[in-house]
Amino acid sequence: MYTLLQPDFRIKRDEERCIRCGVCVRQCAFDVHSVDTDDGSIRSDESKCVACQRCETLCPTRALTLEENYHVANENYNWTGGVLKNIWKQAETGGVLLTGMGNPRPYRIYWDHLVLNASQVTNPSIDPLREPMELRTYLGSKPDSVEVVKENGSLKLKTKLAPQLRLDAPFLFSAMSLGAIGYNVQEAMARAATEMGIYWNTGEGGLHKDLYKYGKNTIVQVASGRFGVYKDYLDAAAAVEIKIGQGAKPGIGGHLPGEKVGDLVSMTRMIPAGTDALSPAPHHDIYSIEDLSQLIYSLKEATEYTKPVSVKIAAVHNVAAIASGIVRAGADIVAIDGIRGGTGAAPTMIRDNVGIPIELAIAAVDQRLRDEGIRNRASILAAGGFRSSADIIKAIALGADAVYLGTAALVAMGCHVCQKCYTGKCNWGIATQDPYLERRLNPDIAAERLSNLIHAWSHEIMEMLGGMGINAIESLRGNRLHLRGVGLSKTELDILGVRHAGAS
Amino acid sequence: MKRIYAIESVCMNCQLCAVFCATGHSRSKDIIKAHNREKVLPRLFVEEKRPVSFAVQCRHCDEPFCVQSCITGALTKSLEGPVVYAEEKCVGCWTCVAACPYGAIRRDVDRKKIAKCDLCAELTEPACVANCPNQALVYEERGS
Amino acid sequence: MTKYAIIGNSVAAVGAIEAIRSVDAEGSITVVANEPYHVYSRPLISEYLAGETTVERMAYRPADFYEKNGVEAILGVAAAGIDFDKKSIALEDGQSVEYDKLLLATGGKPFVPPIVGLDHQDIFTFTGLADAMKLDEAIDRVKDFVVIGGGLIGLKCAESLHKRGVKVTVVELADRVMAAVLDVDAGRIVEKSLARKGIDVVTGDTVEEILGEGGSITGVRLKSEKELPCQAVVIAIGVAPNVELVKDSPVKVGRGILVDDMMGTSVPDVYAAGDVAEGRDVLMGVTRILPIWPNAYMQGRAAGMAMTGSPRGFAGGLSMNSIELFGTPLINVGITDPRDESFEILTRSEGDHLYRKVVLRDGRLVGAIVVGEIDRAGILTGLIRDGVDVSDFKEELLRSDFGHIDLPADVRERRLFAL
Ligand SMILES: Cc1cc2nc3c(=O)[nH]c(=O)nc-3n(C[C@H](O)[C@H](O)[C@H](O)COP(=O)(O)OP(=O)(O)OC[C@H]3O[C@@H](n4cnc5c(N)ncnc54)[C@H](O)[C@@H]3O)c2cc1C
Repeated sequence: MYTLLQPDFRIKRDEERCIRCGVCVRQCAFDVHSVDTDDGSIRSDESKCVACQRCETLCPTRALTLEENYHVANENYNWTGGVLKNIWKQAETGGVLLTGMGNPRPYRIYWDHLVLNASQVTNPSIDPLREPMELRTYLGSKPDSVEVVKENGSLKLKTKLAPQLRLDAPFLFSAMSLGAIGYNVQEAMARAATEMGIYWNTGEGGLHKDLYKYGKNTIVQVASGRFGVYKDYLDAAAAVEIKIGQGAKPGIGGHLPGEKVGDLVSMTRMIPAGTDALSPAPHHDIYSIEDLSQLIYSLKEATEYTKPVSVKIAAVHNVAAIASGIVRAGADIVAIDGIRGGTGAAPTMIRDNVGIPIELAIAAVDQRLRDEGIRNRASILAAGGFRSSADIIKAIALGADAVYLGTAALVAMGCHVCQKCYTGKCNWGIATQDPYLERRLNPDIAAERLSNLIHAWSHEIMEMLGGMGINAIESLRGNRLHLRGVGLSKTELDILGVRHAGAS
Repeated sequence: MKRIYAIESVCMNCQLCAVFCATGHSRSKDIIKAHNREKVLPRLFVEEKRPVSFAVQCRHCDEPFCVQSCITGALTKSLEGPVVYAEEKCVGCWTCVAACPYGAIRRDVDRKKIAKCDLCAELTEPACVANCPNQALVYEERGS
Repeated sequence: MTKYAIIGNSVAAVGAIEAIRSVDAEGSITVVANEPYHVYSRPLISEYLAGETTVERMAYRPADFYEKNGVEAILGVAAAGIDFDKKSIALEDGQSVEYDKLLLATGGKPFVPPIVGLDHQDIFTFTGLADAMKLDEAIDRVKDFVVIGGGLIGLKCAESLHKRGVKVTVVELADRVMAAVLDVDAGRIVEKSLARKGIDVVTGDTVEEILGEGGSITGVRLKSEKELPCQAVVIAIGVAPNVELVKDSPVKVGRGILVDDMMGTSVPDVYAAGDVAEGRDVLMGVTRILPIWPNAYMQGRAAGMAMTGSPRGFAGGLSMNSIELFGTPLINVGITDPRDESFEILTRSEGDHLYRKVVLRDGRLVGAIVVGEIDRAGILTGLIRDGVDVSDFKEELLRSDFGHIDLPADVRERRLFAL
């Protein structure tokens, strides 16, 4: 017989509280709720529910409660309910399981096993409200040495510096392409980045003309599909990023289905409306570090050496060696996306099983570049599941220069992490091109929320820095002595370059 | 004067404006009672034709056709600007409904009275504006 | 200081007073009216007759209206004549009122046709509070009424009488009720709603003779020779403009007093507004009498502005009625039943409770009838008034929930948020 799948969730409607206003009906793009025309009551078909919580959140009387549908599935440690359901689904469809967002599997999150130091007695802590505290971060290649000359009695830098990105705080909004997310979301990120003195990244879907005005705070991507890449695009940006890989789906390409390629996406990506946008797994012109170097320098030529060029890769087994090659190929920034990095759409098995945790990747890359004496030649950008200011400050202590925020930014704008981005029916108006859903994301509000988050996290980082007696984020970078491991094995500690808590 | 303006590009058709309008104009001011017992009508209309939607309230016209058409004197234009409605005078002739070019006046058929936006005179901001989750309604002064 | 005088104390007068006072706080305003009441809502006489309202609640403006607006109100006294050279009004009680600016707002008076037997008792008209009071009194004595005239006033009267528990028959000469403003289909819906309640409607026929004995009515004889027994008759076949005062005067009269767009008559400083005036119709491009309340207010207002020397003009009258008979609401606006081929007509109906008709001329909406779901019908009125080209979405006009959302985005933005 055919599989009859139990719904994942259960919707409880308190009939006493329900006022039949229908907000749940109108807000659910998955058509879970409907009005019973016989008596005006509202019914819910749980089998379609994705637990995005839109209805629950907007219900003005809190008449709705969403619950996990706990039921006996004869699951065991190996054959979990999720595993069984996946098999049933695939036995029915014959298809690859698709998903969105970041890896939900319980791989160790090292941030939760790393603790920060603070000053006690022997060196005083600093109160960031009273004393200057520097979060300013420059991304780009730094010279091996600097030469300073005296001119008319004052000191001048003689060495010509490579182009730099100046950040008021060590955050950037991750690459999320127009197509995967809606225009309003990009506008919100662009505006917040501009207001907060940081950067956002277009992702591989091009840059809409109306967003060119935020170019000073924009990093544009050049990916294997080369969508929307042309002179004006490169000129508009503050930096260019070559996308080799993505943490959620290392080694594979992307596929934006034709139904999401409407006029706006078509124009911005420069492809015909309604056609699938296929990003090949590799760049067809890159088979070696030398090939990569050619692209890096082509882009530098095209932008007259005025903009840093970044190369983004997924954190994989030999990430350190690859990063070294990237730096030697001439990249000004190496961006590394860990196994918990998000996506708008990826095969579940790949998202959940390919790549390595970002913590280990940062430590390995930072160490390798130091060992090779080339750490100064590129900045390290870390990405993939950063959840709080604490994760970020730990990443910087491990060796990252700054951090990309993807999921956290989306959550700030309303994402409830239902992982249905790939359906294009995002009820929060984020991962969608549907004009009915898209307008749910008001860029005014979203930009303000992003700015608030950056403000809050900056402040927290200052507090933690102050506690350590440090008054500039610069001084923490790669300073692993400020970290200690808790409950980690010797191997893990070795890779992280961190001592166990209790060790002095 | 300050008026309510709908911003259709971010109106998400939740229609909570209508819910909170009705609540604000109920006796109990309790959202559940207002709808399930008192059955209060909202004083606005949400127009909807996907993907577009927006709320329409009384515009409080400078030369209000409803006031000039009202056969009982229930509708008057106050000096401060709002079009004021005295319910006890209304007989439900619906002449204002026929006259209002915005279609902003609702019939309370059971009571033979009209229901129309009073800008929530007793609040600093109309309930529809205050409770719009997406700032798709604003209350502001724009010129006239 | 300007001396303003207004003859008539109804809505047109109020429109004028409010307009004058919005500009001129100083001038003196004198209102003269033969009706003795504080300004009241004439259309509510049917509610009064039905026992649904009281004289107090019928006040169109608060009791202190005259006082607050500095108006000297001479009520219960008719104007007997006007000396346009001396700018003086002679009142029937011998007083006189001098003016610099004069508004004639004398409204209409019931038209009574030459029927045989008009000398009986219990023959009524139905245009003023006094009429309603007399009818109210008669109800105790009378079991069967015949209402002559199936127009808006006749039907409102019939409905009120019915509510008071007497038997009512309406006799209408035309082939349908409300023939002046409705088409056949809408007329039929109204007739059916009356019939359901037990009000007989006779169309295509009229009363030729009122029958009776010793002054009391026993029935009426119709043109069709049919006889209807009854003890009272209400004549409600229409109102004629009250132009007596300007008869044989230099003030030009067509059917009503002819006025320009500022409500000025052919005599300087003399204005007319309301049911007595014959002004421009916004759609028809001709002058005509539009005996409806909103028009009277707007004309009164335009006249008032002009009288203060700051004329705003008047875009022209627009026929518009809203009536609800036994729970069936109905709105008509503009040209509703054109015979001319140049109009385009679209209709939609559902049973006896829903009817919608729109009339277009050169792509613009010029008329509409909405029966049943009337809630947002005003949007149609607005489109008619503003002459908006609706050709691109004309079919949508027939939907009960037709709204601004059906207009092109730029048009809608302009229309909704011009203020
Ligand atoms: C029963 C009924 C129902 C109606 N229902 C509606 C409706 O639902 N909707 C609608 O739009 N319209 C309705 N009308 C029509 C509406 O009432 C008139 O259009 C409106 O009253 C006209 O106002 P007016 O100011 O021009 O004159 P009127 O209201 O006719 O008033 C005329 C005034 O002039 C005074 N007057 C007349 N002659 C003299 C004189 N010689 N000296 C001194 N004073 C004089 C009278 O006393 C009176 O005060 C209805 C009318 C009636 C009778």
